[in-house]
Amino acid sequence: SPKSDRSVQYFPNMYESVGYETYQEGDIFPGDVEAQKPVEGTVSRGWMPYDYEDDNDGYASAKANLKNPVPLTEAHLTNGQALYSIYCAICHGSKGDGQGHLVTTEKILGVPSYDAREITEGSIYHVMYYGINYMGSYASQTSIEERWEITHYVEALRADLMGVAR
Amino acid sequence: MTKKKLHISLYQFIIASLFVVFSFSGAAAQEDATTSDGESSAPVEATDAPADSGAGGNATQGEALFKANCASCHRLYKDAVGPALFNVTQRHDREWLYKWIKNSSALIASGDAEAVALYNEWGQSNMNAFPQLSNSDIDDILAYTDTPKPVATTIERTEEVGGGTVDNTMTNNLVLGALALVLVVLIVVLFAVNTTLKRFAAANGIQTEFEEEKPARTPIWQLFIQNQFLVLVSAVFLLLASAYFVYGGLMSVGVDQGYAPVQPIHYSHRIHAGVSQIECKYCHSSVRESKHAGIPSLNVCMNCHKSIAEVAESTYAEGMEEYGIDYNKEIQKLYKATGWSDAEQAFVGEEEPVRWVRIHNLPDLAYFNHAQHVQAGNIACQTCHGEVQEMEIMYQYSPLTMGWCINCHRETNVDLQGNGYYEEIHKELSEKRGGRQLTIADLGGLECGKCHY
Repeated sequence: SPKSDRSVQYFPNMYESVGYETYQEGDIFPGDVEAQKPVEGTVSRGWMPYDYEDDNDGYASAKANLKNPVPLTEAHLTNGQALYSIYCAICHGSKGDGQGHLVTTEKILGVPSYDAREITEGSIYHVMYYGINYMGSYASQTSIEERWEITHYVEALRADLMGVAR
Repeated sequence: MTKKKLHISLYQFIIASLFVVFSFSGAAAQEDATTSDGESSAPVEATDAPADSGAGGNATQGEALFKANCASCHRLYKDAVGPALFNVTQRHDREWLYKWIKNSSALIASGDAEAVALYNEWGQSNMNAFPQLSNSDIDDILAYTDTPKPVATTIERTEEVGGGTVDNTMTNNLVLGALALVLVVLIVVLFAVNTTLKRFAAANGIQTEFEEEKPARTPIWQLFIQNQFLVLVSAVFLLLASAYFVYGGLMSVGVDQGYAPVQPIHYSHRIHAGVSQIECKYCHSSVRESKHAGIPSLNVCMNCHKSIAEVAESTYAEGMEEYGIDYNKEIQKLYKATGWSDAEQAFVGEEEPVRWVRIHNLPDLAYFNHAQHVQAGNIACQTCHGEVQEMEIMYQYSPLTMGWCINCHRETNVDLQGNGYYEEIHKELSEKRGGRQLTIADLGGLECGKCHY
């Protein structure tokens, strides 16, 4: 049965952390939030900032110039499919036709099919990074490489929908 | 003899009538449930079909087209990414609308004053081009946008739902009250019959056994004390029972199974992970990479809730009736935390982190890593956290004690498939063990240093 209080503890010597644990609150931090933002403009190892701006020009530029640095291999495509089914299929549908579970149950409407408009690998990545209109950014949930793997899979789905060879 | 029989039948009668009362009330409750369902679902179908407005388009087909193409940015009666579209046919010329919908950026580029003004008013956000829509398709959509807002029906509907619940509880109470009254009357009548029969027996000179036995009996506790064997057995039993409860009490120290604190926002895993079938890793994305299966930050909430400001009416009714929670108010709490203004469709307010209460706590002296259990171990979320997709409020399903960890490490086979790291060790060890499957314990998963350093 659910209870609203924690149980009794007996001499909790090393139960509470002396160090700062992820997500905890702490008086010394602004807003009591332990997770503070890194300084603007700094670059950590193994990560590169995204060069395109979040506006119409940035979108057009990414659509034309941005290329997928991750090679198209079976492993990357499988990984892309797994990630797609977690993050994208809920609205875009497992076939990419815009008929995901949230669309068919009318929670979220107006999700286009991938073959309905012109998209390139650059624009797919750009939209995942920033979001577009009511779609939010997925940059916090996926890494750079994972987004490119998803891009590969989205292009494969689009080819399937248009009846072209992948 | 007659006396005794009567006693038993009275007792049986009470049990029987109680049974009848409960089965009646159960049936009544079920009946009410079905009627309330019927009430709430019927008007939805009736009101949702919009009438044809006669502007040369079919509003029903238009609705389907609108939902497929336009609803990602537009609402009928509310500004969204783009303006509210109700009565758009009165604001703009129809020919102009054809051009705008088919390719708005070309219209803007051509220098059309009306188009440029609109583009600038809405923060220069590009509307997608829809060259695939024919003029008659657009007529259908425009016919749908002329559908007036069904204000009166929504109010009626909520009233019906509210009235329905009151009626239900009232009829339930009435039925229960009437049955209780009948029961009381029956008991009184039976007692009256009993006394009458007793008097009748006394008048006829029939001795009842009851009165005979009374003075002869020694009290039961004296009998008990006199029987030393019985005393010894009961003493042993009491000692064992108390040992059982003391041990049980001590073993529950520091175990938080079932812990379900009140959270600052009533977040329902049942709706999100169950009804909406959202993948666990959609929100708890760091479970794939990190020691912590993080609590999602609020931008993940806003991915969907930018466009979902209110829950469906059936969900709302369900929340009010079953859990006493106004789900729409909970979404407003989210908007307050992120500073989102639903009216302006923009982030305008102050941000305030939501102070969720952490339920699953390990002492700091133990190291647990989600990523290696979920990614490498391939363990389903439900194995440790229970059927989360059915939990209206989250609670701790597993005890998270050391014995629970170790038990699983002893029983679970290592997932060796497709993991290059295990190739050699698997071959060697399985040869040594005659092909038996490897458990985590075989790989040293019970050593102190693995979890406690």
